[in-house]
Amino acid sequence: MRTLRSIQVIARRDVLVGAASGAAILGLFGIGGASAQGNAPNGFVVALAKILGDAKPVENRIKFEVPDTAESGNTVPYSVLVDSPMTAADHVKAVHILAAGNPLPGVASFQFTPASGKAQVSSRMRLARSQAVVAVAELSTGQFLIGRRMVKVTIGGCGG
Amino acid sequence: MSGARSEKPMTTKPRIKLPENAKAGDVIEIKTLITHVMETGQRRGADGVTVPRDIIHAFVASFDGQEFFKASLHPGTAANPYLAFHFKIPGPGEFAFTWTDDAGTTVAEKMKLNVVA
Repeated sequence: MRTLRSIQVIARRDVLVGAASGAAILGLFGIGGASAQGNAPNGFVVALAKILGDAKPVENRIKFEVPDTAESGNTVPYSVLVDSPMTAADHVKAVHILAAGNPLPGVASFQFTPASGKAQVSSRMRLARSQAVVAVAELSTGQFLIGRRMVKVTIGGCGG
Repeated sequence: MSGARSEKPMTTKPRIKLPENAKAGDVIEIKTLITHVMETGQRRGADGVTVPRDIIHAFVASFDGQEFFKASLHPGTAANPYLAFHFKIPGPGEFAFTWTDDAGTTVAEKMKLNVVA
């Protein structure tokens, strides 16, 4: 009985999180209505809003590479490359990685300087299940760039 | 999963890969890998009790004392964090890399860069 109940609870939470984050991503890119869901904002929406503030991100000049399918969610390689001259006047200040469908959406935040020479970083993330992952670049000019990918996860990570 | 859990995180020496030689002005890639369980704080152990969070939350790379790349890692970063990033070589010098985990353990490594004319 106990096991069955906890499965139901998880399944319900997953549905809610999935619906809300899907709406947020769609809304972000101007596809369909964002709010109207009636759900309390989930961790991903809050984290993304905290990074962006009032800024409207542009889906451009950012190359976010993640495999389309990951056999194990425990370690999923990714790489972000932002097209930037990396000068004092125009460089990438930070790149934030978020996983919309993880219990905790934060993956990593990276800070660059003109001395980095190139705004590129590679690492490995955990994914609890199939979901959207997002990379946001914060430029010294105040502009934000965004890239997103859908990843199909065969076996979820975040250890249960 | 529990079999792979290290009882003594951050005790192994991190692996750092720099190019064998570089010229001033080159943009090089630096690859680092460190052993750490990166416990998310979400997982329950066999006894049903939540395993407390213990992750490397901060990484800093500097060259001759000047920080050029920093990472804040969150629970969504995989165990044994791998980081590859870039640096534009101003000339000969020494890199310093620092990892810090939730327990307050810090691992610091220094590495000289060979610069060819």
